[in-house]
Amino acid sequence: MLKFTAIMLDGMNYAAWLFLVAVGLTLIYGVMRILNIAHGAFYAIGAYVCASALGVFYAAGLPGALAFAVMGVVALIAGVIVGLVVERGVLRFLYGRDEVLMVLVTYALFLILEDAVKLIWGVESYFVYQPYAYFGFVEIGGLPYQVYDLMIVALAIVMGIALWFWLERSRMGRMTTAVVADREISAAMGINVTRIFATTFAIGTVFAVIGGVVTAPKIAVTPGIGVEVIILAFAVVVIGGLGSIPGAAIGAIFAGYARAMSVHLAPAYELFAIYAVMAVVLAIRPHGLFARASGRKI
Amino acid sequence: MKLRTLTLGLAGAAVAAGGAMAQDGDPIELGIPVFLSGAASGPFGLPQQNGATVLIEALNAGEVPAPYDQVGINGRQVEATYVDEAADPVQEYRNLVERDEVDAVVGYTSSGNCKAVAPLAEELQQLTVLVDCGTPQIFESVVTDPTYLFRTGPTGTIDSVGAVRYLMDTGVDMSRVAGINQNYAWGQDAWADFTGSLEALETGSDITTEQFPQVFAGQYGAEVSALLTSGANAIHTSFWGGDLEAFILQAAPRGLFQRSAVVMTTGEAAMQRLPDEIPEGAIIGARGPYSYFAPDTELANWFRETYEAEYGNPPSYPAWKMAQAILGLKAAWEKADSDDPAEIAAAFENLEFETPAGTVRMAIGNGHQAIQGIAYGTYALDDEGNPTVENVISYNAECVNPPADQTAAEWIEAGFPGADCE
Repeated sequence: MLKFTAIMLDGMNYAAWLFLVAVGLTLIYGVMRILNIAHGAFYAIGAYVCASALGVFYAAGLPGALAFAVMGVVALIAGVIVGLVVERGVLRFLYGRDEVLMVLVTYALFLILEDAVKLIWGVESYFVYQPYAYFGFVEIGGLPYQVYDLMIVALAIVMGIALWFWLERSRMGRMTTAVVADREISAAMGINVTRIFATTFAIGTVFAVIGGVVTAPKIAVTPGIGVEVIILAFAVVVIGGLGSIPGAAIGAIFAGYARAMSVHLAPAYELFAIYAVMAVVLAIRPHGLFARASGRKI
Repeated sequence: MKLRTLTLGLAGAAVAAGGAMAQDGDPIELGIPVFLSGAASGPFGLPQQNGATVLIEALNAGEVPAPYDQVGINGRQVEATYVDEAADPVQEYRNLVERDEVDAVVGYTSSGNCKAVAPLAEELQQLTVLVDCGTPQIFESVVTDPTYLFRTGPTGTIDSVGAVRYLMDTGVDMSRVAGINQNYAWGQDAWADFTGSLEALETGSDITTEQFPQVFAGQYGAEVSALLTSGANAIHTSFWGGDLEAFILQAAPRGLFQRSAVVMTTGEAAMQRLPDEIPEGAIIGARGPYSYFAPDTELANWFRETYEAEYGNPPSYPAWKMAQAILGLKAAWEKADSDDPAEIAAAFENLEFETPAGTVRMAIGNGHQAIQGIAYGTYALDDEGNPTVENVISYNAECVNPPADQTAAEWIEAGFPGADCE
C-alpha cells in the first residue's frame, strides 16, 4: 500500500512538473508552428532569475512566506520580457518560413542564450533551497512528502485551467484559436495576427520560466540545466500530440506515471520508461494522442 | 613542433622529435579539460581549475615546498589551456593534441569521458594524466597495455570497499541496504563494488532497492520515495556534483538521513557548498585522503593555505586531486630529465611520489594506475558553524585496492585476498 501511495504521489508530482515545462512548448507550436528549441533556455533563465531574486530577498532578511510572491512576480516579468524580446527581436522577421528553418533558428537561440546565461551568472552554482523546506513535509499514508511538491501539483492544475479558460472563454483566446485554424482567413477577418503571435510566444515563455522558477529551490542551478528539460518536454508533447494543450496534460501524466512506476517497480528501466511510452504511442498514433486531424492544403 | 602537423602515421615520431627539439626556455603547455559548464562545473570544474591555477603559479615562482621546489617542471615554466569537459570530449581532446599541440593533457572527471579519451591517448601517443574519474575499467578493459596514459587518482573501488568497511567498523545496521547511483560506468561500477564488498564481508544484507537515475537528471523525488519506502537501514550513493547536491536538497527535508545511515562517497565536495543542508551524522567520503582527511604535512598545509588565501575557501577534494596529477607529472618529468614523452612515460610507470594527500604509488594497471588509502567520517558543524568531519577512520592503500595481478571485481569476489587492513 505504501508503494502504491508513493507511485500515485510521485507520478502526479512529476507529471505536474512536466506539464509546466512542456505546455508552453506545445502552445507555441500549436499557434505559431514553431518548434521552439530555445524553450529549454527559457527554463534555465527562469531558474537563474529566481536564484538571483531570492538571493537578494533572503539577504534583505524579509519574511520567508513572501518568497513565493517574489517567485511569481519574477516568473511573470522575466517570461514576458524574454518572450517579447525573442519574438519581436528575432522570430517576427522569419514568419512564413519553413518549419525546419525555425527549428534551426531556435536552436541557435538556445545556444546563444545558454552562453548568455554563463556570461551573466558565470559557471558557479546557485542555491535557493529555502522555499523547498519552508512548509516542511506531510505524512501521506506513512510517506513523508514535501508540501512544496504538492504545491507544484496545485500550480500546474491552476495554470492549466487558466490557460484553457484563456483560450476558450476570452476574446483574445478565441482569436488565437481562429489563427490556429487558419492564419490567412483570420488576418482577412481583421484579427491582428502579429499581436496574437507576440502574446502567445510571451505566454509560452512565461510557462517555461515558471518551470525553471519552481525547480530552482530543488536543485543546484548551473549552466546546462535546460538541455535535459527540452528533451523531456519534447517527449511529453510528442506523446500528447504537438500543438495540443490537453495532449500536453495527458502526455505529462503518461510520462510521469511511467517514470514513477519504473522507479518503484523496475528501477533498472527508469532511463527508458518515458521514451518507451513515447515509442508505443507513436507506433499506434504517429501524430500523438491528441493530434488534430488536418486537411491537406493544395 | 611543426613536425606534428604532418600525417597521423608520422605523429608518434613527430611527437618524440618535437619534444626532443624543445628549447629549455619554452614553456610546457598543459591542456586541462575540466567541467566549465553543467552541473559538475561548480563542485568539480572550478575547484580543479583553481587548484591547477594556484599550483602552476607557485611552481613557476618556485614557491612550492620540497620536494617540488625546482622552478616549473624540470626548470621550464608551465602554461595551461583550460577546455570544457562538458563539450564533446573526443573532439576537444583532439583539438588540444593536434591543434594546440599541448605537451600533456591533465584532466577529466567523468568516467564516461575518461573511457572515451583513454584509447585516443595511446593512439596519438600523447602523455595524458587522468585526474578524478573512478571507473576501474580504464586499465582493466579499455586500455590494457598503456604507455602514455596514467591516472594519479585512485579508482572508485577504494570508495566502495572503504564504505562497507566503515559501516561495519562503526556498527551500522546493514541488514537492509539500498543504493542510488547514476546510470553510467561510474555509478554502475560503484554499486557493483559496494554490493560485492557486502557479500565478501558477509554482512548478510538484503538489497531493498537499486536506483539508477539518469546522470544530471536533477529530479529525485520518486527515487527518494523509493528509498524511504524500502525500509533500508543503510543507503549508498556515489552521486557527485550537482546531482549529489540536488539529492541532498530533496532527500534531507523528507527525513531520509534520519531514517537511514546514508554514505555519500563524494560527499566532501558538497560540504563547503551546502553546510547547513547536509544533516549532521551523514557519512562522508572524499574519494581518498584529501581535504579534511589529508595528512598534517608541510605540503598539505601549504596547499590548503595557499588555495584558501587565493579563493577565500578551503580546497575541496577535486582541487587536491588536480594538484596531485600535476605534481605526479612534474615528478615523472624531472625523474626522466628529458622532454621526450616516451622517456617521461617510462619514468612515470611505477613511480612513487609525494603529494599534499601523502604518498602516491603508481602500483597497478601496469604501473599506470595510482593507489592510495581512503578515509570516511561523519558530517558535523564545529563550534563556529564550519563544516567538519568526526569519527574518522582511515584505511591504508593495501586494504582497499586490489593487487596488480587482479581486477577489482575479481579481488572483491575472491574476498579481498592479500588485503592488509592493519
